[in-house]
Amino acid sequence: MNEVQSWQDIEPLLSVRNLTKFYSPGKGCGDVSFDLYPGEVLGIVGESGSGKSTLLNSLSNRLRPDSGEILYNSEQFGELNLYAAEESERRILMRSEWGIVHQHARDGLRMNVSAGANIGERLMAVGERHYGDIRQRALQWLEAVEIEAGRIDDKPSQFSGGMQQRLQIARNLVTHPRLIFMDEPTGGLDVSVQARLLDLLRNLVANLGLSVIIVTHDLAVARLLAHRLMVMRRGEVVESGLTDQVLDDPQHPYTQLLVSSILQN
Amino acid sequence: MSQTEGYNFAYLDEQTKRMIRRAILKGVAIPGYQVPFGGREMPLPHGWGTGGMQVTASVIGADDRLKVIDQGADDTTNAVSIRRFFARTAGVETTERTVEASLIQTRHRIPETPLSNDQIIIYQVPVSEPLRFIEPRETETRKMHALREYGAMQVKLYEDVARFGHIATSYDYPVLVNDRYMMSPSPIPKFDNPKMDRMPALQLFGAGFEKRIYAVPPYTSVKSLDFDDHPFEVQQWQESCAICGSDHSFLDEVITDDNGSKIYVCSDTDYCAGRVAASEEPQQ
Ligand SMILES: Nc1ncnc2c1ncn2[C@@H]1O[C@H](COP(=O)(O)OP(=O)(O)OP(=O)(O)O)[C@@H](O)[C@H]1O
Ligand SMILES: [Mg+2]
Repeated sequence: MNEVQSWQDIEPLLSVRNLTKFYSPGKGCGDVSFDLYPGEVLGIVGESGSGKSTLLNSLSNRLRPDSGEILYNSEQFGELNLYAAEESERRILMRSEWGIVHQHARDGLRMNVSAGANIGERLMAVGERHYGDIRQRALQWLEAVEIEAGRIDDKPSQFSGGMQQRLQIARNLVTHPRLIFMDEPTGGLDVSVQARLLDLLRNLVANLGLSVIIVTHDLAVARLLAHRLMVMRRGEVVESGLTDQVLDDPQHPYTQLLVSSILQN
Repeated sequence: MSQTEGYNFAYLDEQTKRMIRRAILKGVAIPGYQVPFGGREMPLPHGWGTGGMQVTASVIGADDRLKVIDQGADDTTNAVSIRRFFARTAGVETTERTVEASLIQTRHRIPETPLSNDQIIIYQVPVSEPLRFIEPRETETRKMHALREYGAMQVKLYEDVARFGHIATSYDYPVLVNDRYMMSPSPIPKFDNPKMDRMPALQLFGAGFEKRIYAVPPYTSVKSLDFDDHPFEVQQWQESCAICGSDHSFLDEVITDDNGSKIYVCSDTDYCAGRVAASEEPQQ
């Protein structure tokens, strides 16, 4: 809890004000505001269709919101008003300071090139031109996500679901991003595979001091990874707070239902 | 030779030519940038150089002398039919000699004889977008060019080195033009890439199927992509040309009997013939 207080002394990494994106009434997300501090993991939970992915996509430069502001404190560009900034700057952010881990690995990987190339691409995108160095870094990251070095030249299509997900993480982390967006990163995986991935994620996040916004409808995942939670229902944030508080002492009736697992699966 | 009746000069109507010339001028103004144009049907199927032909038809004048090469040779079916086409529709003179030509339309090669500033070389391009292999979406490749996001292009070379231990790409080897645009040089061997760099002649590229025109103005920098630790290299041969003895030109392998015996000969037939003729001249 001390950690939480110390966050307040420093600048937020991301400040979100009144973010709104609706496809039609009740479908999307509305009037979302929050601050995310360096090293903080924010979980977004809620039932299917509550607007979690809509919110995450709007936050991560993939879906222009109807209204509202996202201010990001960039290493390269200083304070950036995301959707008002140059597209070139936003795209540079997305391949350097940010990472995106998709639910379906094939949305986040290049399936027709090797694992090594998948990891190396971001390095090459930021100007790395030494093959030996790129290869070395790819090997280090494979090891970090527990994929055998011998698989470096295999294509992701030859990998299991859990390995693809870990490769996706390595591909993102190789440029040392500060902020990672994840949408159901453990969705669709076997329980034991999920547990291993969660464990890995938790260690990486802690060791690298990453800030993370993670969408999940799995409260166990949320409890394991997130410092803070936002609970969404029909496009609105109905409750937010420290993870343990929200899960152990939910205030909003919807959260109470969610926690009592009536709404879970 | 006189022009065939009933056709406009060089087949295309003047309005189409003006439209193509505008695309060419834009291409020259932005070296390496792919300019879309409203391509016309030519009386040849795609894959036979209709893009190059439309460019040639739009720049050719009555005083021009045209050379057409295919795989380095002037006498292949494709080269012969394109040459005959312009001889008939424009009544222009044609030649097989590089030094005599004012316009050279080519598929697969750049002549070995260095080109000069009063010549134009026109490449037939099958696939104009160098980023296509990694990014199938046109909207995305355009954005990548606009924002100079070329890291993905390096992925292709990475895959080569990972698989073969060296950059194995040997044709259509990607280049950066004028330090700005990534460009596909058409399926010429990488052996010819260095000739594109600061070439005195104007280089024009026509892709008929994708309806794109691009250009490299004279004396423009053209750099072949590579890695610091795997620098760009051209093909080399142990052998010399069996006909002219050249040890510095691009060689084709020719099987000479049923036992698989082979010889190597210059792919540029004009260059080879020129060397033979020069050696047969009495020594002074
Ligand atoms: N492109 C779209 N066009 C129209 N409606 C959409 C679009 N994308 C999502 N929606 C609708 O917006 C609402 C919120 O969708 P969203 O994908 O954000 O929910 P979610 O919380 O991520 O759900 P899930 O847990 O199933 O992934 C849903 O009702 C969905 O049907
Ligand atoms: Mg979703």
